[in-house]
Amino acid sequence: MKKRILLGNEAIVQGAMESGVQFVSTFPGTPASEIGTTFFKLHQEKKFKGHFEFSINEKVAMEGGVGASFSGLKTLVAMKHFGLNVCSEALIPFLYTGTKGPTVIAVADDPSCWSSAQSEQNSRGYSYLAHIPTLEPSDPQECKDFTKLAFSLSEKFKIPIMVRTTTRVSHQKMPVEIQTIPNIKTIGVFVRDVKRFVTMPPRVLEMKNELLEKIEKISKIADISKINYASGPKNKTVIVTSGVSYLYVMEAMKELKVNLPVLKVGFFYPLPKEKLKRFIKGAKKILIVEELEPYLEKEIREISSKAQIFGKNLLPETGEFSPEIVTLAIAKIVNKKFKLKEVKISVPKRFPQLCPGCPYWLVFGAVKKALSLKTTIFGGDIGCYMLADFPPHSIQDYLFCMGSSIGIAHGIKKSSKQKLITFIGDGTFFHAGIPALINTVFNKSNPLIIILDNRITAMTGHQPNPGAPLTPNGIKIENIVKACGVKNLKIIDPINQKEFIETIKNFSNKKEVSVIIARRPCIFVAKK
Amino acid sequence: MNKNFNIVITGTGGQGLITLLKIISEAVILEGYDIKTSELHGLSQRGGSVEVHIRFGKKIYSPLVTKNKADLIIGLEMQEILRAINFANSKTIFLINQHIIPIPLEKPVPQKQIIKKLEMQSKNILLIPASQICQQEFGKSVTAGIYLLSFASFKGIIPLKPQSMLSAIKKIIPKKYFEQNKKTFELAEENGKKK
Repeated sequence: MKKRILLGNEAIVQGAMESGVQFVSTFPGTPASEIGTTFFKLHQEKKFKGHFEFSINEKVAMEGGVGASFSGLKTLVAMKHFGLNVCSEALIPFLYTGTKGPTVIAVADDPSCWSSAQSEQNSRGYSYLAHIPTLEPSDPQECKDFTKLAFSLSEKFKIPIMVRTTTRVSHQKMPVEIQTIPNIKTIGVFVRDVKRFVTMPPRVLEMKNELLEKIEKISKIADISKINYASGPKNKTVIVTSGVSYLYVMEAMKELKVNLPVLKVGFFYPLPKEKLKRFIKGAKKILIVEELEPYLEKEIREISSKAQIFGKNLLPETGEFSPEIVTLAIAKIVNKKFKLKEVKISVPKRFPQLCPGCPYWLVFGAVKKALSLKTTIFGGDIGCYMLADFPPHSIQDYLFCMGSSIGIAHGIKKSSKQKLITFIGDGTFFHAGIPALINTVFNKSNPLIIILDNRITAMTGHQPNPGAPLTPNGIKIENIVKACGVKNLKIIDPINQKEFIETIKNFSNKKEVSVIIARRPCIFVAKK
Repeated sequence: MNKNFNIVITGTGGQGLITLLKIISEAVILEGYDIKTSELHGLSQRGGSVEVHIRFGKKIYSPLVTKNKADLIIGLEMQEILRAINFANSKTIFLINQHIIPIPLEKPVPQKQIIKKLEMQSKNILLIPASQICQQEFGKSVTAGIYLLSFASFKGIIPLKPQSMLSAIKKIIPKKYFEQNKKTFELAEENGKKK
């Protein structure tokens, strides 16, 4: 069979293509970004003939996916873990209505926060909250296979399925078997079905019961599914693991020259409980190797009364695992020696930097010249400009989630008399900044908002957004800002430092909210 | 090759680590081994420290190298290699580009001090001024990584044939830059013979 080296994210794309996906929506976010950029490229090269879009945020991406599924199209919606929070309002009822066109939700978590601020979220919590069947691949081959399996499960049970990866799965490469991609139709049809698509009470409670019944049926499938598999000879000490941790377990056993029974759980929700029960029957010691919060461990503690259970008492709940962390844990429970020889080093941290020539250098420089750093509060948001946090800038006093710089600024301005400037990028403004801006006008507060309009969604790999000059029928940010009722508005190229500094000084004393659109393209846009 | 081969490459964002990873991966496939790699994307790339892992052999599970288990650690920048020091054991080869990219607002760690530290794990240290050689020869240092990789292949430091490496370079590097890379490859061959 033909094999190609693929990144986990590319393998998800390949799996969706081989399944005949017809509608793809996503919002870029690392570690999931390459799902979008790969589809974008395939779409531009006309290798993917269905609909592809970079949506404005994950909520509308999900809603678009719901509409496509209701119209009978095979649908993929992809995002990073925080996107799942944004779209959860649309996701949860989608489980109630169920799907018409099979639908897969691909979500990438980021243990150790390599490319994520705000929190080290474990999206497996949503499996329970939304009752969404969840598959957890360990490597790119499984990314492809599980995506295909997810589409077929969705087709059979009329329910969206989540494929959940982590950074070390999404950004892992290996040779992946390539199969043929079917021809697809691109037009579906929406057939009125009020009983299914309208979540009004009292019907909504019936829907919940139907959902729980589906999950019950799927748990029987999970119990016999080949993606949960046991290996190794009989032993009183057993290991249960999932995701990338499985690979570390296998590596660790090779290293320690031990061969313990391992149950690899590919079906995280609903859990294959009968299979688990059989596997741990008679075990004296059970080691559960899973990253982040101990969901598997909790389930196993519930069904096992006799065995000694090792999990988060041996392995960290914060940060990703590595082969040596897992090796040390296994060595401990089998009483083997595994000692690392480590040398301490003292090299200063090399902070990521704004690219040479990045227009944000000009913005941060001007802000520092215009205002006293001591008496001004600086709000941060999600984008390359988070680097405001690091030296030599060091102007970021709070950082939360997409668009929050403005919402939090409003709260601070309502609660204190201090000066406040917030930074928000063009992509983030479109994503979730607009409602917060309207709120500052409606509820009357006066932060100074600097919209860093570099004409692209830069940090995640230069995806287009509605304001980008490469986007036909682009939407002008200034028109939105004006329509929100903002009176103090200026559009300035920050290369004009004098005007920029003067405007910051002037606007920071206004009684109403002020907006400066600092418009200068990202150096990567300029190159295009 | 009986044993799996573990490589860690360190450097800074923009030095082309992911390109090197792709080239090694293609060469590995040409020689019929199993392979797993790990890389990081996003904000971590913007000029910060970067580390990629490549493992190949008969059957590979983990994409990450276990500490003390690297066979080869390549440093595209002298200070950055220190961050990977604990992937080494006493047999590990450190292949280092003798090149410093200053850390903003910090004094560079002196070369002597770097070598002394590395020697605490392994004495097999190869210091090669790849950036300087490429700069002198071609007027730009962008192919320093290719130079190191080619050199490693000619010297048998990495168990992949030079021919596979060149084919992989041809496959991965965009056409318009291939000649430059091929010349770098040939220069590494020539210099490899001298020593």
